[in-house]
Order: sequence, then structure tokens, then C-alpha cells
Amino acid sequence: MISFSNVTKRYHGGHEALKAVSLEVQPGEMVFITGHSGAGKSTLLKLMAAIERPTAGTVLVNGQNAGSLRASAVPFMRRNFGLMFQDHKLLYDRNVYQNVMLPLDIIGYDAADAARRVRAALDKVGLLGKEKAMPVTLSGGEQQRLAIARAIVHRPSILLADEPTANLDSAYAVELGELLRSFNQVGVTVVIATHDEQLQARLQPRCIVLAQGRVVT
Amino acid sequence: MKNWLRQHRLCLTATLARLARSPLTSLLNIGVIGVALALPLAFYVVLVNVQSFARDKSPAPQISLFLKLDALAADVREIDNRLKKHAGVTQYVFISRDQALADLKARSGQADVIASLGSNPLPDGFVIDARDNNAAALEKLRDEFKAWPKVEYVQLDSAWAHRLDATLQLGRLIVLVLGALLAFALVAVTFNTIRLQILTQRAEIEVAKLIGATNPFIRRPFLYYGALLGLAGGVTGWLITWGGLRLINERLTPLAELYAANLRLQHLSLPDTLSLCLFAAALGWLGAWLSASRHLAQFDPE
Ligand SMILES: Nc1ncnc2c1ncn2[C@@H]1O[C@H](COP(=O)(O)OP(=O)(O)OP(=O)(O)O)[C@@H](O)[C@H]1O
Ligand SMILES: [Mg+2]
Repeated sequence: MISFSNVTKRYHGGHEALKAVSLEVQPGEMVFITGHSGAGKSTLLKLMAAIERPTAGTVLVNGQNAGSLRASAVPFMRRNFGLMFQDHKLLYDRNVYQNVMLPLDIIGYDAADAARRVRAALDKVGLLGKEKAMPVTLSGGEQQRLAIARAIVHRPSILLADEPTANLDSAYAVELGELLRSFNQVGVTVVIATHDEQLQARLQPRCIVLAQGRVVT
Repeated sequence: MKNWLRQHRLCLTATLARLARSPLTSLLNIGVIGVALALPLAFYVVLVNVQSFARDKSPAPQISLFLKLDALAADVREIDNRLKKHAGVTQYVFISRDQALADLKARSGQADVIASLGSNPLPDGFVIDARDNNAAALEKLRDEFKAWPKVEYVQLDSAWAHRLDATLQLGRLIVLVLGALLAFALVAVTFNTIRLQILTQRAEIEVAKLIGATNPFIRRPFLYYGALLGLAGGVTGWLITWGGLRLINERLTPLAELYAANLRLQHLSLPDTLSLCLFAAALGWLGAWLSASRHLAQFDPE
């Protein structure tokens, strides 16, 4: 489903965030990307979703070369993914319902269908009662769940989550881990960048460990 | 197709909502565009009025056609026939050489001098009114008549027509230059407005791109906004001109009564009004397009 071969990513300043990384993610798998801060976890996820392009090597997603896609093809490629960002990237001038509606507006869903899907996604993450709330009035855990709802509302085949449990107390983190596992159980490929060892211990996923931009195990 | 329509409708309502969300800014922008458009518009309206006024009031230039002295009655009939059938001629009168001589005698009061001439030195003639009174059309007619058989000379008093044409030409040039300058101003205003909007919506645009929005999708609301801004500005310009004309017409009414003339400035015709709105909307769209193309590029990777 996702395959890296000899992928190197050098940022503008000349810093090499990833060095000759090769890896495979199978359909339906749950994979953790772990490693110290600055190891290149976020960079790896960004390369998957064609948010950054590799300096060398190839990134294949569903057989498509994510590194050499035409700019006009990139949006359609990204719709395969549900993305949870390290900094949430919620829209703070829109309410919960509108935040979750955004991906469906972008894809162009039929209105009735879209409304149904937004409700279903909010129900799944337990935010159905807070449709009209603005994101700033939500707790950290609720914001994280809102981010999940937005990521999965268009039923992507791959979910990429960058530090989904950061800043959450352990009870919330457990809940969130279960949520991610439930998506994986219905066939969604889940890739999580994290250094949350408790989460790792609970979910028992396959781990790819990065250090200084290289795959260690 | 249905989906596509829905997307555009959604976008339009969102754009209207955005206009309404910052009413003061929107109104000021629309006002600036309206004032900018009102200036060339007023010039244009005055020009159109002067043009139609001049056409009504100017002495219609006539063409005088003189036959050769040896023309026979059959030749006169031939010319008469041709004039009758000619599409460019509204009416004409025939003045025979005898009649012309009689007129001259009566008018000059020098019957004896004329009588001493012996034979009649005057030719048969036609005085012709043309359908088109602009200089070019009249000259074309003159050249055509000249080539007809037994025609000695065709005389055309087109100086007035030329003068009017030149004045109107100048007026048109002024309207064009003003229009071009202020069209540029309109584009600049929308360009800058859209730039500011993109700036304030950075987060939204960035997220939308990250989760798979295409460039046209992101650009669309800005294009709508630009077009709406231009359209509203065009309507405002029209209203400003309309108000100005009302004021002027109120002042003109007593003057018109004094001169027993119909002095009323007409506003833009319906086709001109529609063109104005379309043109203003297109310029707004253009400004938005330029701005969006320029300022959305920064969200692309690399
Ligand atoms: N846009 C960028 N420009 C330049 N350097 C960058 C950029 N993004 C990341 N880096 C650098 O690349 C390296 C890897 O960054 P990355 O964000 O992938 O690390 P990470 O493993 O996600 O770390 P963390 O756990 O702190 O989130 C870091 O040294 C970082 O400074
Ligand atoms: Mg990171």
C-alpha cells in the first residue's frame, strides 16, 4: 500500500531529516513510527501524503509515485488519506460541525449524504452533542477527537496520525488508542507517529524505529 | 452536474456571507469602485446625449447634384429613377434649369442682367437628403453620384459633419482613456482586497490544501467575491450617474422651457447598462484571478 525505497529528504537549510529510508506498509496494517524528537517521524508522514517531496528515492502509494505526481494530481492523491496533524490544524473560526464538513465540501459530496456522514463521524468520536461548539471551547482531548472526526469523515483507506496522544492524560490516551484500533479493525490502514510507549504497549503494533533519520528496526 | 451546480451555489452563498460579514469594508470597496466607474460613465452619458442632440438639431447636410448642360429629359428621368431606388436617399427634389433661372431672377432682382445673357447658363439639378448624415457616408454617396451618366458636378457641404465627427471622436477618446485608467483602478482594488482576504484566511487555505482541495476549489470563492465586488461597484457607478443626471435635469427644465426645447439628458440605454455590469464584473473577476494566482502559489510545496 505504501512503500519507500531509499528515500532521502533534505530540507532547504541542508538538514537531512531522512537518510536512505526503505519500508513497506501493507493494506490493513497498523504501524507505529517511533523515535526521538527530530528523528524524522513527521517528515516520513508528510512524504506519504505528498506534503513534502523526497530529495532522492521513491515513495509509492497505491502504486502511484507520490514524489513525482503532477501538482494537479496531488489533491486527489491526498483524498486517500485521513490526516491528523501534530498541531491539529483545526479551523478556529468554524464550529465543530463545519470543521468536520470541510473534507466533504472539498470532495463535493451531496448535501444530505454529507450531513449524514458528519453526524456519523461525530457520533463515532463522541462529539455529537457539541456540533455547534467552537474548537477553542473544547478540551485538549475533545480537540484531538474532533481532528480524528475530520480525518475519517470521508472514509479514507489510510489514516496518518502525528502524535495523536500528545498532551492528553492517560485515560484520554487509552480511549483514543481504542478509537484508532477500531478503525484499523474495519480495514483502515493506520500509521501513527508517536513516542507514547504506553499506547505502544496497549496496541502492540508493528514498530518502525527511527534515529537520526535512519530506520533502526 | 448536479454536484457541480451545488458546489457553485454553496460557493456563492459563502461569498455573499463573506461580503456581509465585513459590511463596512465591503461597502467602502464597492463605493471606491462605484466612484471610479461613475467618472467615465458620466462622460459617456454626456457624449451619447450630445451625439443624439447634434443629430437632431444639426442642419441636415444636403447633396446637390448638377447635370451637364446638354442633358436631355431622358437623362433627367434616368437620374430620377436611380435616386428613387437608392437605399441611401430619404428624399430629393428636382429643380429644372428653367425653374432655377426663375428663382434666380426673383431672388437677385436683376432680371434685366439675366435676361441679357440670352441662353440659360444654369443646369438641371437635384437636391438630395441622405439617410446617413456622417461625413464618411455622405462622401461615399457623393463619389457614387459623380459616376452617374451626364452628371457634371456633385456638391456636398460636409464641413459641419466633419467638425461634429471630430468632436465626438475626441469625446470618445477621452471616455476610452478614462475608462481604461479606471478599469485598471478597479482591477487594482480587487487585487488588493483579495490579497488581504488570502492573508486573513491563511489557516483555512492551508488546511484545505493539505486535505485535498484543488486549486480551482480554493480560488473559486475569491473569483466570486471579485466578480460580485465589480458588479456591485458597476451598479453603484450607475446609481451615482443616475443621481447626477437627475440633479442636472432638474436645473435644465426651466432652461428648456425658456428655449422651448427638449433639454433632458438620457441615462444609459438598457444594453449599455448590461454591458457596464458585465464589464465591471469581469474586471473584478480578473483582479481576483490575478491576485489569487499570485498569492495562492505560496501554499504549494517547494
Ligand atoms: N520545514 C522544515 N525545514 C527545515 N527543517 C525541517 C523542516 N521540518 C523539519 N525539519 C527538521 O527535520 C528534522 C526532522 O523533523 P521531524 O519534524 O520529522 O521530526 P519528528 O521526529 O517529527 O520530531 P518530533 O517528535 O519533535 O515531532 C528536524 O531536525 C527538524 O528540525
Ligand atoms: Mg513530529
